[in-house]
Amino acid sequence: MQADIQELARELGLGLDILGCIQCGKCTGGCPISITTALNVRFLVYEALVDALPDLGEMEELWDCTCCFTCVERCPKDVRPAELIISLRSQLVESGKIPGTIGDALMSIFRQGNPLGFAREDRAAWAEGLGIKSARDGCEVLWFVGCVPSYDMRSQAVARAAAKVFQAAGVDFGILGTEETCCGNEVRRVGEMGLFEMLVEEGKPVLESVGVPTMITTSPHCFNTFKHEYGLEETEVLHYTQFLARLIQEGKLSFSGKVAKRVTYHDPCFLGKQNHIYDEPRSILQAIPGVEFVEMDRVRERSLCCEGGGGRMWFEGTNTEERLAFQRVHEAAETGAEILAVACPFCMSMLEDAVKVQGLEDRLKVMDILELVAEAL
Amino acid sequence: MIESAMPNRQPAIEEGDMGSRPRIGVYICHCGANIASTVDVEAVVEFAKTLPGVVVARHYTYMCSEPGQALIKEDGAKLSLDRVVVASCSPRMHEPTFRAASQEGGVNPYQFEMANIREQCSWVHHDPDEATAKAKILVAAAVAKAYRLEPLEDREVGVTPGAVVIGGGVAGMVAALDVADAGFPAYIVEKSDRLGGRVADLNRTFPDLEPVAEWLPGLVERIQSHPNITVFLNAQVAQVEGYVGNFEVTVVENGGGEEQGSKLQVGAIIVATGYKVFDPQRKPEFGYGVYPQVITTLEMERRLAEGDLSVNGKTPEHVVFIKCVGSRDKQLGNPYCSRVCCMISAKQAQLVRQALPDARVTVFYMDVRAFGKRGEEFYDEARRAGVRYRRGNVSEVYRRGDRVVVRVEDTFLQRTLEVEADLVVLAVGMEARDDADEVAALLKLPRSADGFFLEAHPKLRPVDTAMDGVFLAGCCQAPKDIPDTVAQARAAAASALIPLLRGTVPVISETAEVDPELCAGCGMCVEVCPFGAPALDPLWGVSRVNAVLCKGCGACAVTCPSKAIQVRHFRPDQILAQVDVLAG
Repeated sequence: MQADIQELARELGLGLDILGCIQCGKCTGGCPISITTALNVRFLVYEALVDALPDLGEMEELWDCTCCFTCVERCPKDVRPAELIISLRSQLVESGKIPGTIGDALMSIFRQGNPLGFAREDRAAWAEGLGIKSARDGCEVLWFVGCVPSYDMRSQAVARAAAKVFQAAGVDFGILGTEETCCGNEVRRVGEMGLFEMLVEEGKPVLESVGVPTMITTSPHCFNTFKHEYGLEETEVLHYTQFLARLIQEGKLSFSGKVAKRVTYHDPCFLGKQNHIYDEPRSILQAIPGVEFVEMDRVRERSLCCEGGGGRMWFEGTNTEERLAFQRVHEAAETGAEILAVACPFCMSMLEDAVKVQGLEDRLKVMDILELVAEAL
Repeated sequence: MIESAMPNRQPAIEEGDMGSRPRIGVYICHCGANIASTVDVEAVVEFAKTLPGVVVARHYTYMCSEPGQALIKEDGAKLSLDRVVVASCSPRMHEPTFRAASQEGGVNPYQFEMANIREQCSWVHHDPDEATAKAKILVAAAVAKAYRLEPLEDREVGVTPGAVVIGGGVAGMVAALDVADAGFPAYIVEKSDRLGGRVADLNRTFPDLEPVAEWLPGLVERIQSHPNITVFLNAQVAQVEGYVGNFEVTVVENGGGEEQGSKLQVGAIIVATGYKVFDPQRKPEFGYGVYPQVITTLEMERRLAEGDLSVNGKTPEHVVFIKCVGSRDKQLGNPYCSRVCCMISAKQAQLVRQALPDARVTVFYMDVRAFGKRGEEFYDEARRAGVRYRRGNVSEVYRRGDRVVVRVEDTFLQRTLEVEADLVVLAVGMEARDDADEVAALLKLPRSADGFFLEAHPKLRPVDTAMDGVFLAGCCQAPKDIPDTVAQARAAAASALIPLLRGTVPVISETAEVDPELCAGCGMCVEVCPFGAPALDPLWGVSRVNAVLCKGCGACAVTCPSKAIQVRHFRPDQILAQVDVLAG
C-alpha cells in the first residue's frame, strides 16, 4: 500500500517522499486548515507509511486541502506532504468518488474549457469593443486571460483594467479569445490527472503556435502550471505583477492620476509561497501615487491562505463557519487599510465574499492591483 | 635533503644493473584456501618460471606470514635477486610488508611489484581453469613491470619546530597550549580582537550549569602568559606555502587600520576556525527580526547573564523554546543535527525556571537527543524542574495583541495548537563559516557536503586532513559541544606533535620529475597540480617539481603536452609493458 502510493505519486510526476518523513509535525502545524478541519496531513503520511490508510471515500476532509503548499515549503525533510493528498485524490477520481460540485467543474472544463459552466464561444465576450487584438494577428506579448477573469463578472472588471493598463503602457499584446482553454492548474490538484494531461496536450501547441517569447497571466494559478508543468521552454511565463513591475522600472508605465488610499496587500499562495514572488506586487503598489501602503502581520512566507485554491473554488469545504478569509479580512481591516489589494482572481472572490459576510463593506474594499493601477493612470 | 634544489635528471642506473639482466623472484600466495581453492598455484609457479628475468618462482600458504616473508629474504640474499613479485592480495594491506621483506633480502623496496590474484581473480571467478589462466596473465604483467622498475630511495625531510593555530576559540587555545607545553612555539592567529571565540558569549554550560566565567578567563590567562605562545589578534592567515614539516605561514594583522605582515616558519598547522551561528531570518516563518519576543539561544545567554528576561517591560508568563532551528533541514542544505541545541534548550529552560518560578516553560521538539556523558540525566533534571516537553516542530509564529502565537501540532495530541507566548527562543544550529572557502583555498582542504572541513577518515583519522601536517580541531570540522571540541583539539595537538617531536617526516619516493630538455615551460602542470608541487623556474623557464609536495598522483604527467613529465615507479615504459601483457 505504502509502496503503491509512493509509486503512484512517482508515476504522476510528483516528488512525494513518504520514506523521508520523521513525523515532526511541521506540515500540520503550518497547515492553515488544520485547526478548522479534520485534515491532518502529518498523520496521513504516517498512515501511508505504515499501510494504515482508512477508507478514503469516507474522508471528506481530503477535499479541504487548498494546495497552498505551506507544508511543502516548510518540510525539513522535503517530503512534499500535500502531494500525498493529490495522489489520494487521484485515486478517488479514478473510482469516481468525488464531490459533485468538483465533478461538475471538471465536466465543464472537459466540454467548454472552463470550470464555470459557460459556453466556450463566449470566452472573449468581455473584451468586445476594447480594441484588443487576437494573438493570431501577431503580437509581442501573449496575455493568457484565464477562466475566472473571462467569465466572472467581478473579475471581468479586472480583465478590462488589465487591458487598459497594457494599452497605456504601449504593450503590443494579444489574446487567444475562444481558442483559450483552462490551464488545468486546479484540475491537476484535485487529482484529475487524465484531464490535466489532455489540457496540456491540446493547450501547449496552441500557446506555442503563437510563437511569442513572453506570456503573461492574470492568475497566479495559470502562471504556476504554465511555468512548472507545461514544459514551455521557448516562452518566458510571467505573472502580470512581474510584468508591470518591470514596465514601471523601465519607465514604460507611468501615472498621471493617483489613489489616495491606505492599501494593504494579501499574498496569493501560488504567487508567494510557491513561486517566491513577494516584492513585485508591493513595488507596484508603492509606485502608485497617493497610496499609503501598510502591511498586515502575516505576510510573505507567513501569509494566510484565502482557501480558494486546490479545487476549493468548486467545493465549499467541511467547515463553512470558520473560513480563513474571514480571519484575513479582519486582519486587513485592523491595519486601517481602506483597500485590500489582491493579485489573484480566487483571492478576490474569497476575500470579497468574506468582507460581505463579516460586515466590513463600509470599511474595506477588495481590489485587484490591476484596478488600482488603472485608476491611477 | 630537499630534492627540488637538485637539478632534474634521469634516474641513475646502479652500477650492477648496467647491462645485466634483472633477477626476479616470484612468489604465489595460497591465502589459505582463498586463492588456492580456485587458482592452480603450482601451474602459475611453473608458468612464472618461463617469464623473462625470473630466477626463482615459489608458492606458499601465507606469504604475509613470517615463514612466507622469510622465503623472500633468503632467496634475495642467496640468489642475488634485484626484483621481487608477490602474487596475492590487494597491495593496500601488505605492500609495505613485502617491501620491507624485499629490503631485508637486499632488494630495493621500490623494485617490488604486487599482482592481485585474490580480489581481482580468485574471489570473483569460479571456473578454476579460467581463474588460473587469468592469474598467469596478472603475474606476467607484474613481472613485466618489475623487469623495468628502477631503484628509488626512501626520503625524509627535516621539520621546523612549532605550529600555527588558526582560530583563538576554545579549540585553538587548548591545542596551542598542548603544543606549547610540549616545548614548541605555538602561534594563535585570531580574526577578532579577543580570545575565547563563541564560548565567551555563553553564560553557563551544560550538563552542569557551570558558569563559563569560572574557567574561561583562566584559560585565556594561561595562553597570554605562556612563554611559548604568541597571539595575533585582528589577524588572518594570508598565505600558506610549503609542506608538512616546513610551512611558511603569512599572517596579516589589521590593527588600527594599519596592515602588518609576519612570516611564520612552522612544521604543522591546526585549523580551529569554528562555526557560524545559523541566521534564523532564513526561516522566515518564525518572525525573527519582526517580533521583539523572538530571540536566539545566544541572545538568551546574554539575557540570562544579565538577569533580564523581560519583554517590552513585562515579565514573561510563558517562555517557549523551538529546537532544531536551521538544523536537520534538507531544504536549507543543513541536513545534520546541531548536536548542541537539545542540551542548550534544556539548560536555558532550567535557568528560566529558576529565574521565573511562576512562568510556564515549554520546549517544542522533533526528537530529544540527550547523548553524551550526563546528557540524559540533564534532560531528566530539566523535566523534573518543571520544563514541559511537547512533541511538535513549530511551524509558524505570529502576533496576537502584545503576545505572539506559536502555531504547532502537538503530534501526541494530534492537534494543531495556537500557543500564546511572551518569549520565544530559537535554538539555532551551526553552519560552516562564510570564510571557510578562503581557508579551504589557502590550505587546499577538502570539505564535506555540508560545508565543514573534511577529516581524512571518519573513524581512524578524525583530526587529519588530506593535507599532511594540517589538522582540524573543533566546530570547523562539524558541530560539537565543548567537551568534544576540547577532546578533538587535544587530539589535533597530539597529532601535530608527531612530526615536531620526530624532527623529520618521511616523504614518498614515487614523485613526478621533469625532463628539462623536453619541457616547454607552458605551465599547464602548475595549473593542474592540486598540491602546488610544480613551479616554473624563472631562470631557465622550465618546470621543476618540489618532490616534497608531490603526491605522485600523475595529473601533471598526463597533462604535459610535450611528455616532459614522468612519475617515478609509474613511467610509461613500465605501465605499457604491463598493458602489453594484459592486452596481448
